[in-house]
Amino acid sequence: MYSYLLPEFVVERREERCIRCRVCERQCANGVHSYDAERDQMWAAEQACVGCQRCAVFCPTQALTVRPHPAEYRPNSSWTREKLQDLKKQAETGGVILTGSGNDKPYRIYWDHLVLNASQVTNPSIDPLREPMELKTFLGRKPDTLKIVLHGEDVRIESELYPNIPVATPIVFSAMSYGAISYQAFKSLAMAAKEYGTLFNTGEGGLPAAMRQDYGKNAIVQCASGRFGVDPEYLNCAAAIEIKIGQGAKPGIGGHLPGEKVSENISVTRMIPQGTDALSPAPQHDIYSIEDLSMLIYALKEATNYEKPVSVKIAAVHNVAAIASGMVRAGADIIAIDGLRGGTGAAPKIIRDNVGIPIELALAAVDQRLREEGIRHKCSILAAGGIRCSADVVKAVALGADAVYIGTSALVAMGCTLCQKCYTGKCNWGICTQDPYLAKRLNPEIASQRLINLLRGWSHEIKEMLGGMGINAIESLRGNREHLRGVGLAEWELNVLGVKGAGE
Amino acid sequence: MRVKTSWRSERLLPAKDHEACGLFGVMDITGRRFGGEMAINAIKNIKVRGNGLGGGFAVYGLYPEHKDYYALHIMFQNKSVEAKEKVEDFLVEHFNVVYDEEIPTDPQVNLFCPPLVWRYFVAPKKKGEEHSLPDDDYVVSRVMHINTGIEDAYVFSSGKDMGVFKGVGFPEEIAAYFLLDRLYEGYLWTVHSRFPTNTPGWWGGAHPFSILDWTVVHNGEISSYGTNRRFLEMHDYYCTLYTDTEVMAYAVDLLMRRQGLPIEVVAKIFAPPMWDLIEYMEEKEKKLYTALRMVYAPLLINGPFTVIVARHSEMFGLTDRIRLRPITAGAKGNLVFLSSEEAAIRCVCPDLDLAWTPRGGEPVVVRLHSQDHLLSLNQSV
Repeated sequence: MYSYLLPEFVVERREERCIRCRVCERQCANGVHSYDAERDQMWAAEQACVGCQRCAVFCPTQALTVRPHPAEYRPNSSWTREKLQDLKKQAETGGVILTGSGNDKPYRIYWDHLVLNASQVTNPSIDPLREPMELKTFLGRKPDTLKIVLHGEDVRIESELYPNIPVATPIVFSAMSYGAISYQAFKSLAMAAKEYGTLFNTGEGGLPAAMRQDYGKNAIVQCASGRFGVDPEYLNCAAAIEIKIGQGAKPGIGGHLPGEKVSENISVTRMIPQGTDALSPAPQHDIYSIEDLSMLIYALKEATNYEKPVSVKIAAVHNVAAIASGMVRAGADIIAIDGLRGGTGAAPKIIRDNVGIPIELALAAVDQRLREEGIRHKCSILAAGGIRCSADVVKAVALGADAVYIGTSALVAMGCTLCQKCYTGKCNWGICTQDPYLAKRLNPEIASQRLINLLRGWSHEIKEMLGGMGINAIESLRGNREHLRGVGLAEWELNVLGVKGAGE
Repeated sequence: MRVKTSWRSERLLPAKDHEACGLFGVMDITGRRFGGEMAINAIKNIKVRGNGLGGGFAVYGLYPEHKDYYALHIMFQNKSVEAKEKVEDFLVEHFNVVYDEEIPTDPQVNLFCPPLVWRYFVAPKKKGEEHSLPDDDYVVSRVMHINTGIEDAYVFSSGKDMGVFKGVGFPEEIAAYFLLDRLYEGYLWTVHSRFPTNTPGWWGGAHPFSILDWTVVHNGEISSYGTNRRFLEMHDYYCTLYTDTEVMAYAVDLLMRRQGLPIEVVAKIFAPPMWDLIEYMEEKEKKLYTALRMVYAPLLINGPFTVIVARHSEMFGLTDRIRLRPITAGAKGNLVFLSSEEAAIRCVCPDLDLAWTPRGGEPVVVRLHSQDHLLSLNQSV
């Protein structure tokens, strides 16, 4: 524990309600709650509380309230409480401050400044409960044209078709590795993706051999800078392969899974000795340039007989459009762009909060650039980083995305409360931990059902929004910025988004 | 069309028109030529589908005496003599003009700001490398030059042995103005009555839209306009008129003329079957339709539309896949009709042999010397 710090949360216990059942004590991996048998009383060590709300939710008598601590320093717009506390932590340790989840700073959220269109009079809106409404999406490279030959009744396609993966809804689970998250959470994502007909992304921690047969066809397997768990079977069991160059939460930064989390199963899956740190370098050391990327893309295509689309994931940075164009020319079939608000299991706080650009602007710029160069059809675009609801999905598709990655939303569906302590390994919700006592709290049968419900609910809402716009197939919304208008945005922002202002 | 205008942002593109319309088309499948009365009377019958802000006709088999030459119908806004001089200098430089004249009009008919409309019969005058260019491509690029490069001049139509007559007014007024019932005959007539929700003051904005001998008359609002437009831009079609019909015309040109796909396949790109249906098709069909939908997803025309597309020797009608705009087909002897409403057909041909409503996404293809139009009968509602 740090000295000189104010607690972040206050734990209020209504004594008249507390029945001393000690559920809170058992639920809290941070050791906040304790029982004093002599006085028959529960105590709270508030400085250890992360505000994950596990105890409050599980308290059978609703005796607990956990809320931000009211203690304040003298108010100061520049030297905020957060800045002061961070300074004190660093003064004490001399270290880099770590954090988890996505950027929580008040950068403009463009989704909240974009509004959608609906049909009135000149065009009927469509009721998705009465009419078909299609969300099926193909991820992968499309040919320039289809050469079709007719022999009487016989119609034949002569063009070469590239591998494409269909997904039932334009929502894919983002990369979260086994190791960063628990086996239970990892499996829940796989089960939900399979059941709903979409994809999950293994992240860079490999895919346990036992899961390959059942879930490989719904997996995007990652090949990242640490190359953990990559072997021919891993690549070939998957629906698609993703080369991870960067992550929105920590552009330019590698990863570090501490040795204490590398249990036997993780060590086998990642192909590293048990108990050793799993270090992912910041760059891929065989990719120092665009032509190197091309070589890795084609190496992976060779390894999989050109049967799988290869995705390249980058963090949204300043010249993202030019980089994306290069990636397509280097042979990427899917481009995944992770924005400023993308999540992480662990990242230096200073990086998470200051590096990268918002996904909305990056996505609009990339889509526009690829169209100007006439190569938009040569790849699918996956947008990631801060997709919070179905309207965000619809807006992303209208800006030009083929589908979106959701990470944080999926974790929240499983129980996550964004306490940002993923890096401590003490996730009380059993998601971001390798402690068997904590991880078993997450039941994959139940968690996967929650994820399926999320996909179903969002898909219904997307259909309603599409129907309102008079569109009955998601492809007719893709890049269709006519259906977006900006509210409260400056002219340069509207120009980058390629969207008219409301009323324009 | 193929003149790239560089906008600093998508956002600065003008908004597109919204409109609804009445359509009618009639063809004699033996190729016998007939006058304009049927087209005029039919469209008059569905007057409520227009509001007097646009009407027009396309006629095929119009100029048999000049059938080997491209017939350019060119309008000069505000009867601009300057524009006409510029156009004629341009034509003389790039074409051999074999004959030209003012298109006769009836001065008794009072219309909104009529332009001067002239017709030229021309043959390409190619130089050097241009000899390797097909005639059609040569003509298209010259027409686009006139449309985008010469102020106050606009080419109504540029096909051989066909022509477009259009303007601001009800279609029967346009017909009377151009003396269509008295002067012309053709084996295929299409006609359009326009109901825009904005105020045009421009004769070029009326339908049919035409390039070479393609004409498109269209009723609908395309909700996928942005997607379609941006896809066509990747293929060098730059929309300059901001109407749904323009997108449709370019998509037809891209798929049929440039990529050589037959109408039946193009119809399945514009209005593809639902995935639920594709799933239960036979393996080969399933593969075809899946590939079509995957590759041409950006050309799915979404939202309500009915379109009648014509060129020499064929005409086809199509509605969107959930049939949000009406189309009716009819046949009597050698005559085949397409229209927004059965009433328009019955008005000019009360004793039809057949009348049917094609299913959404099922094209009615009418071809010379063929009974192809009957194929859609099996698919009727």
